[in-house]
Amino acid sequence: MPDPKVTIALEVNGEPVEVAFAPHKTLLEVLREDLSLTGTKHGCELGECGTCTVLLDGTPVLSCLVLGLACAERHVKTVEGMAQGGKLHPLQDAFAELGAAQCGYCTPAFLLAADALLAGNPRPSRDEMKQALSGNLCRCTGYIKIYEAVELAAARMRGEPAEPSRESVYGR
Amino acid sequence: MGAKKADSGAGRPSSAHPPIRPSAGVGLRVVGRALRKVDATSKVTGTTVFADDIALPRMLYARLLRSTQPHARIVRIDTSRARALEGVKAVLTGRDLPIPFGILPVSQDEHALAPERVRFVGDPVAAVAATSEEIATSALDLIEVAYEPLRAIASAEDALRHPEPRIHDYGDAGNLHKLISLEFGDVDEGFAAAHLVREDLFFFEGSTHLPMEQHAAVADWSPDGKITVWSSTQTPHYVHRALAKVLGLAPARIRVIATPNGGGFGGKSDPFSHEIVVAKLAMVTGRPVKITLTREEVFYCHRGRHPTLMWVKTGVKQDGAITAMHFRSLLDGGGYGSYGVASTYYTGALQTVTYDVPRYKFEGARAFTNKPPCGPKRGHGTPQPRFALEVHMDKLAEQLATDPAELRLRHLVPPNSLTANYLRIGSMGLGRCIEKVVAGSGWKEKFRKLPLGKGVGLACSSYICGAGLPIYWNNMPQSAVQLKCDRGGGVTVFCGSTDIGQGSDSILAYIVAEVLGIDPFDIRVVTADTDLTPVDLGSYSSRVTLMSGNAALQAAERAREILAAHAARQLDVPVERVTFAGGRVFDAADPERGVAFAEAVQAAEAAQGSVGTVGSYTPPASAGKYRGAGVGPSPAYSYSAAVAEVEVDPATGIVVVPRIWIAHDVGKCINAAAVIGQVEGSVYMGLGEALMEEMAYRGNRNVVHKIPSLLEYKSPTTLEMCDVITYLIEDPDPNGPFGAKEVGQGPLLPVMPAVANAVYDAVGVRVDEVPITPEKVLKALRGKGKGERGRVGPASFPDIPWPEPTRVAPPWEGGDGRAASGLPGLAPGVSPGVSAAPQRQH
Repeated sequence: MPDPKVTIALEVNGEPVEVAFAPHKTLLEVLREDLSLTGTKHGCELGECGTCTVLLDGTPVLSCLVLGLACAERHVKTVEGMAQGGKLHPLQDAFAELGAAQCGYCTPAFLLAADALLAGNPRPSRDEMKQALSGNLCRCTGYIKIYEAVELAAARMRGEPAEPSRESVYGR
Repeated sequence: MGAKKADSGAGRPSSAHPPIRPSAGVGLRVVGRALRKVDATSKVTGTTVFADDIALPRMLYARLLRSTQPHARIVRIDTSRARALEGVKAVLTGRDLPIPFGILPVSQDEHALAPERVRFVGDPVAAVAATSEEIATSALDLIEVAYEPLRAIASAEDALRHPEPRIHDYGDAGNLHKLISLEFGDVDEGFAAAHLVREDLFFFEGSTHLPMEQHAAVADWSPDGKITVWSSTQTPHYVHRALAKVLGLAPARIRVIATPNGGGFGGKSDPFSHEIVVAKLAMVTGRPVKITLTREEVFYCHRGRHPTLMWVKTGVKQDGAITAMHFRSLLDGGGYGSYGVASTYYTGALQTVTYDVPRYKFEGARAFTNKPPCGPKRGHGTPQPRFALEVHMDKLAEQLATDPAELRLRHLVPPNSLTANYLRIGSMGLGRCIEKVVAGSGWKEKFRKLPLGKGVGLACSSYICGAGLPIYWNNMPQSAVQLKCDRGGGVTVFCGSTDIGQGSDSILAYIVAEVLGIDPFDIRVVTADTDLTPVDLGSYSSRVTLMSGNAALQAAERAREILAAHAARQLDVPVERVTFAGGRVFDAADPERGVAFAEAVQAAEAAQGSVGTVGSYTPPASAGKYRGAGVGPSPAYSYSAAVAEVEVDPATGIVVVPRIWIAHDVGKCINAAAVIGQVEGSVYMGLGEALMEEMAYRGNRNVVHKIPSLLEYKSPTTLEMCDVITYLIEDPDPNGPFGAKEVGQGPLLPVMPAVANAVYDAVGVRVDEVPITPEKVLKALRGKGKGERGRVGPASFPDIPWPEPTRVAPPWEGGDGRAASGLPGLAPGVSPGVSAAPQRQH
């Protein structure tokens, strides 16, 4: 017989949620399998690739290494919680604009890691960005369009009118 | 050097249209712009449905039991305890799926589950479907397999030494899967005429694709005898064919839907065991079944870069003009054929398309070994020889006391020419690429002038824009599009192509939008579904923009023709003045006189019925007619040049690459931002291969993968990735849609040799193999310190029983693309049926 389920209450993307699941399940599994929030992806389920990053009380965590049980009464933010009122978050908009999402599989994780970075540092340097995103692997982009998108979004979130540079989208 | 004139009359004409005439007076409005991709919003909102995101009611979960032995006979499998476990609904073994399959018709050597022999640690042996993944995993532990171990073959050299036991009962000799020998002109004569002849040895370690998404598939069987399989595959058409063959079902009863791939890079191009198993399990249980591979299993699926040992000998005149080249490669193929025969040919095919090579000989061998099978990784068979050739060129330039950029610029293959091995070059922008990176990087101020520890290196490359021939012989188009115009003004494009993140769905929308003068975001793109979409062969060999793009162009032009004819009547203007732009159809001479696009569709629909068109694309026939001529020909070739800047710490051997300048001749950008994304991604993947990525196995006969995890398989993070300065060169090719050529693979190729050449410039040692790890750099530096050569790399190339070469006279020696009579010893250049005078002298 499978383990009896446990029920916890938590907040997911700003909404209170009650969810029942087998107690050994990770947050990743609870999100994807029990809450149908499949926007959170997985690349290894061993804490190696960063693809399952979500925000737990505002801090990026690898949801494959966090037990669902540990999230009782806490706040979880996933990619599904980024767009508000049918409008993309500035980070999502900038990722779409610059082609920072190619296959899109690692994108939700990068968006959330960047979201956490900008919450604490509205004007990160390129080096600060590299440090903050160094736990997330992307095999498509070479990260460059991701940096440019984070910079573009950060400027817009600071209220500055900003457009991608010509070189970044048309080359030299 | 003068131009070799291409035989323009050879072969049947391409079905590609000439670049279309933009509607009068409006120019290109969509093509070339840095627009968003049509799927960008779903990608950034996490709503793209990847294979593992699919969940169906009553769905079961499957797991595969994989071999723990590198090479063994299966003596006995007992599945009774697994079957008895509560929640287990089915268990399969090799007996249930006896029909072999494989991507190439010549190597149908795989089984979905090994029937009696396992050939690598990780080879699938049995499968379980259960009500949960946990139960399926527990059931695997209950399956008992008795193996009788066989001697395991650990490397290509090992395979040469040990023809027995044979890993497969087919192949050219012992454990040699494939042997190739081709000679285009007498190379010995060429070497005799040289001022300098140089030989070098290189090794390129195997690496893997490492897509962030693990392979996954879902199958749903219906009691009416139809099955649907969703899979993260780059090649739904080939999966469709393999399923039909192995399951014994009519293709009409099988629907394959390729879900958007979370990265492919060639690693999802073969039909795989898990796709067949999940379909069979759905048939057996009558319930939907899903399988998602673990990351460890993805390493066993592999099909990545072949570890390749290479020897190259080149003769040059004093000015660096090549008189002859002889290239040998030995590939470690792993346990199965996969694309390996093609990979082997590719290690010898494209040496001739960058610098003029008047005489050329290629000998290639692929060995079977007891490791996960190798196959097509980004660049497929060409990064290894390109690495060898470009480092070899750097050494030749030094010996000739010539700047390596100058040497290359002096001897470029001319555009619109045939190579010695009968590849037809169209547009050729390599010269402009070299000039761009030389100027941009400050090459002349830096090369051989930077302080110890800092260096720059240059390398070039070229890649195909789709293979000239399909994987299985047929005379049908390689790509097709169906297009539907709705009376509401919407347009739907149906195409079998598969978006793996490279943006192929978007390319279809941009091209159709350009021709019909509508907003690309008003176009719905339906792709990669064998029930709904016409066949496109798949996302491999950099074929999609050119081939599906041309098919889309043809379908859109046909739709425009229909709409224009009716609009001309409606507006009472001559049809040649009917213009499509801005969502309107109007008179070019009087733009006020026009109708909305939707009204034009309505007029046509009223007059002739529903408006739908088709388009398709077949590449031009190959100029080469010899056996082996099928690998290398392409409708067009892209070109790249790169300069890498490195910092090498002589104390630790650590190589840091701060910056790479790269120029890529893409023919014409369909979307400039997407092109840059592909260039940057290629540089990234090349940097990983240059510095750290390797498939490493234990050095004993257990042949176990040392590091099947993302933590231990080192790939560049944000902290290792370099800055990339990209130059886009547009040298339109008449065979490309709007002149476009490929960009997904070519820009990876110059990165590894540019880094290797830069390391030499920085510290004066040659690491003639990748990855260039700190250990190797230190070893070379220590050697140099002791007065040795300061080189790390292979020391010899083994003796291989090469067959007598197929001799083909190059075009300038009167050849017509056919092999000389098969009789060994027939003088080269004596080709039957050639009466035309030689086109040029070398």
